[in-house]
Amino acid sequence: MRGRNEILADIRRNKPAFAAAAPTVPAYDDAYPSDTDSLIARFIEVLEKMGGTWAEPKVDETLDATMRRVLAERLPDNAIIASTVPEIAGNRRVRRDDDPHTLHDVDAAVLRARFGIAETGSVCFTERELIVNAIGYLAQHLVVLLDPAQIITNMHRAYARDDYKQAAYTVFHTGPSATADIEGVLVRGAQGVRSLTVIPVG
Amino acid sequence: MSTPDPVKSQNTPKAAKEAAPRPEKAGPGERQDHRKAAKQFLESPEHAASHDTRVWAMRQRRDATMEGVEEWEELRDLASQIKTHALTHLDEYLEQFADNAAANGVHVHWAGDAADHNRIVHEIFKDHGVKKVIKSKSMLMEECGFRHYMEGVGIDIVETDLGERIQQLDAEDPSHVVVPSVHKMRSDVAKVFSETIGSDPDNDDAYYLTEQQRQHTRPLILDADAGMTGANFAAAETGGFVVCTNEGNADLSANVPNLHVASIGIEKIVPTLSDMGVFIRLLSRSALGSPITQYTSHFRAPKEGGEMHIVLVDNGRSKRLGEDKFWSSLKCIRCGACMNTCPVFRRSGGLSYGATYTGPLGLILDPSIDAYRYSNLPFASTLNGSCTNVCPVKINIHEQIFEWRRVLAEDDQIPWTKRKSLAAAGDVLASPKAYRTAVKSAHSALKYLPDWTIYNKLNAWGQVRDFPDVPAEGTFHDWYRKHRLNNSDTAGEG
Repeated sequence: MRGRNEILADIRRNKPAFAAAAPTVPAYDDAYPSDTDSLIARFIEVLEKMGGTWAEPKVDETLDATMRRVLAERLPDNAIIASTVPEIAGNRRVRRDDDPHTLHDVDAAVLRARFGIAETGSVCFTERELIVNAIGYLAQHLVVLLDPAQIITNMHRAYARDDYKQAAYTVFHTGPSATADIEGVLVRGAQGVRSLTVIPVG
Repeated sequence: MSTPDPVKSQNTPKAAKEAAPRPEKAGPGERQDHRKAAKQFLESPEHAASHDTRVWAMRQRRDATMEGVEEWEELRDLASQIKTHALTHLDEYLEQFADNAAANGVHVHWAGDAADHNRIVHEIFKDHGVKKVIKSKSMLMEECGFRHYMEGVGIDIVETDLGERIQQLDAEDPSHVVVPSVHKMRSDVAKVFSETIGSDPDNDDAYYLTEQQRQHTRPLILDADAGMTGANFAAAETGGFVVCTNEGNADLSANVPNLHVASIGIEKIVPTLSDMGVFIRLLSRSALGSPITQYTSHFRAPKEGGEMHIVLVDNGRSKRLGEDKFWSSLKCIRCGACMNTCPVFRRSGGLSYGATYTGPLGLILDPSIDAYRYSNLPFASTLNGSCTNVCPVKINIHEQIFEWRRVLAEDDQIPWTKRKSLAAAGDVLASPKAYRTAVKSAHSALKYLPDWTIYNKLNAWGQVRDFPDVPAEGTFHDWYRKHRLNNSDTAGEG
């Protein structure tokens, strides 16, 4: 059995005789709009293409009402809403030491996104936002609160951030779970959430 | 549980009822006969046509999305350069990765080969009394024959990727690195699911079948003792790794059970997290034409109260790093773009390769795993170079395919018929003058070469193909001279 030392020795012996330098990667975001509204519009366009929903709260509508309006036909009576944000109360508290299995019956989970990425329509979570990582996948539907000011241009900017580098788990969600594994027919709601709704909340 | 989506009917009377093709796979110690297996695949014309259409559609979507990214070619260059840098410093970055992962509280293991990998994971499972495992798709674990090994020791492995699950339930290998069951039609899936998970045999609606798998798999996910994932990339800087899926199944596998084991090929290491921007931008666009996978997941440390293991697997990679002509194949990010564009793959289906890696990337990866078994594979190519043109990390795939033919001929691993035509083709192709004479004398580039290099009886995937019409203006060189060159300028021989 070859272990660490043997494998590393084989690599040292076999690796190409030259040492190539690492390239410098530009940010490639000069062409992105500089005003927030245009950047938001770009984000919404891609989010919707990827199967996500953008839901602006109506005037005088509570966020809870916005959520229920968007998910109206999808939520059963007495839906279990697990919220990890102060803005929407929900009826199931999620605690850090919860066994993930206890979240199996959640209908909708409400999370705050760390930031959004206009290029891909993605929202970012770490374990700080998820509280229990599995909530983002065991829930039937995901409702995401995103501060529009936290939408950045592209993936290069996303990876240049250092606010989540020390997170144990970081994930970019782009629309809901999806598959086209059966004859190329696109089905939203494969193994994870069936829908993903982004509500802009500062 | 909440109510599922309303039933959306997809059924049409045109749904295929043709039996699924079963191309033969070589037994232990045998040579895979790609020609014969391709022919068996083509004996199911509806499947062959469907496969061709679906795979080509992925190529077209890739092209469409690529056109929206102005810096696409620069990204390919950068990706290739980052990989060259990483591979020429692999020992340093691998150590850095392993040390950082260990510092993050992850248990790091080293596996020299497939057997080591399987034994190490088995040990971890034994230590934790694991009997039921859920896993996401991992080509590395396929390469290691991991599931078969675990069946042998009584540990139940459940694939959670829909395509991979279909293949598992059908006891068949995946045929494509991204879409494992792309060769199957929904009638085949309906049959497999009705026989294994009890779905309605007469309902081959894709929404219905997908929902059936979801409902059947969810309890298995909740019941599993451990979860496994592979990795698309690993960053030395953080000791973390990235997994890309569309279904969210890797995140379920990693986050629901307490124990997460990740198998990672040593070539997946890149220096920094910021390098990931380049690769993530290229991966799903090259694979499926979407800007990103639905989930891009970064695992750096165990979840609270959880346990994480990483198994770093060599299995021939350190050896390949020393092969002058082939080391750059280690840059491969398994997007499958080369498969989707390959005329041979599209026509012959992935199962005809009888290997873990199929299509052009298989032609250059499989022979280094077993030269005799896969010695026919480098001939399953027209050498049209399309694979190289779409490769996001700029591997010279078609040149490596040709080089493998040479190596296998020298090693005497090739049957004599192939050796003979290779020698003749080699002479002509090696001399531009002879090539042009040969092409001219037949008046068409499509008439001469294909006769004995492409559409001959040795290549089953060419036999049922129509010859394109002979261009009215003669050869490409004639056309080029006439339309693109000044009279004073003559075409060089190079």
